[in-house]
Amino acid sequence: MSPSNFIFGLFFLSTVAIAGEPDVARQKELVHLVRQDCGSCHGMTLKGGLGPALLPETLRDKPAEGLAATIYYGRPGTPMPPWKAFLSEAEAAWIVDKLMTAFPQ
Amino acid sequence: MRLLLIALFALLLNACAGPQLRGTGDLGLIIERASGHITLVNTTARQPYARIGGLGDLSHASAVYSRDGRYAFIFGRDGGLTKIDLLEAKIVKRIIQSGNAIGGSISQDGRIVVAQNYTPGGIKAFDSDTLELLSEVPAEYAPGQFSKVVGLADTGGNKFAYALFDGGEIRVTDFSNPRQPTTQKFPAGSQPYDGLVTPDGRYFLAGLFGEDGVAMLDLWQPEKGAKKILENYGRGQEKLPVFKMPHLRGWSVAQGKAYLPAIGRHEVLIVDVATWQEVGRIPVRGQPVFVMARPDGRQIWVNFAFPDNAKVDVIDTLAGKVVHAFEPGKGILHMEFAPRGENVWLSARDDNKVLIYNTENFAKLGEIPAESPSGIFFTARAVRIGF
Repeated sequence: MSPSNFIFGLFFLSTVAIAGEPDVARQKELVHLVRQDCGSCHGMTLKGGLGPALLPETLRDKPAEGLAATIYYGRPGTPMPPWKAFLSEAEAAWIVDKLMTAFPQ
Repeated sequence: MRLLLIALFALLLNACAGPQLRGTGDLGLIIERASGHITLVNTTARQPYARIGGLGDLSHASAVYSRDGRYAFIFGRDGGLTKIDLLEAKIVKRIIQSGNAIGGSISQDGRIVVAQNYTPGGIKAFDSDTLELLSEVPAEYAPGQFSKVVGLADTGGNKFAYALFDGGEIRVTDFSNPRQPTTQKFPAGSQPYDGLVTPDGRYFLAGLFGEDGVAMLDLWQPEKGAKKILENYGRGQEKLPVFKMPHLRGWSVAQGKAYLPAIGRHEVLIVDVATWQEVGRIPVRGQPVFVMARPDGRQIWVNFAFPDNAKVDVIDTLAGKVVHAFEPGKGILHMEFAPRGENVWLSARDDNKVLIYNTENFAKLGEIPAESPSGIFFTARAVRIGF
């Protein structure tokens, strides 16, 4: 691989990563949504309430796609509602990624 | 001359050191959910007079009062139970009583404070003087299965009624012997989400999430068992999504009728308390969360779940419809009426303030700064059953 190709490759990878992330202002809105509104059931500190805890250690063994689908479509038969009117699938995936690592304050 | 000066000086000192006398009847507190603080307020002056920190995770906190209104018992999400002296404006005692709590209640005689817990699921009774643990009643509904407890309410004779979210039961625990409580169990329905006792202490209602309807137990005749009211109020129609669970308390009862939030419908349901039949429903602008009667029962104030939580609708019970609809602020989480209802305090979480309105003409009277305010609790609750 030539140096220029390598640099192009790096550039390409980084744009892909950025394309999957909401912008900074939207990230702030999503964090507020999760802490305050998801927090009604899951707790503002995400330690759980009527809904289960959303901490990295409780989510570790669950597939990320399934968690994102739960946010987006809800889970029938439980109180978990669909949030698709308020966020995109990519944003649901971003929330899951943050929940599974360290959710911003 | 010198003696006179000393005498005057002594008088002055005395005046400075003398305690400021205060009654408890017009005091209250505001929960500041994000920072573990409470702000103490005077409802006559409509001003804060102290702020106390160090109360832990208050993200779903509630408070009950001792009979004299001097002490507040605050139940935090993290299982913290904190006893506050409103006159001295300080924490008297604080314990961590469970891993994850949802609220609590105080007995008829004021001697027992009971906390309701999600983890581990059950209730615990504490001496209201010392916060010493007296007994605990696990919410075991099948071998090894413990339910989250919701809707705990004080009833006559130091009995407490509550419901099991996972277990689908109403339970009544009698703490007349607080170290050896006894519990009665009644099948109630699918996923009770909260409960209330009517202001006379006779009926316990548990709202159901898993089915259309409300479970009702006559506490004067518990042997008759829990029965279903408001059954199938959705009549098979698809439910709207519920982005926050409604709350129930005795404030729902006004003028012989109970005004209850529908689940998954943008309606307030009206039930005649004499017959327990549905007598009407009122369309509102969102999924109701709190449906609260002004103390005289003339008005019902309704706030809403996300994404309609900037709105408040006011129902006139005589007209049977919404007579005032407005958007007082961002994230209206809770409402509390002055003891006799001439004004109402609304917490606007995302505006970081509490707003005060005149309930007769809906004029704004003032506001109090508070960080992410949620629950507002006035001492008038001390003398009401089920608050």
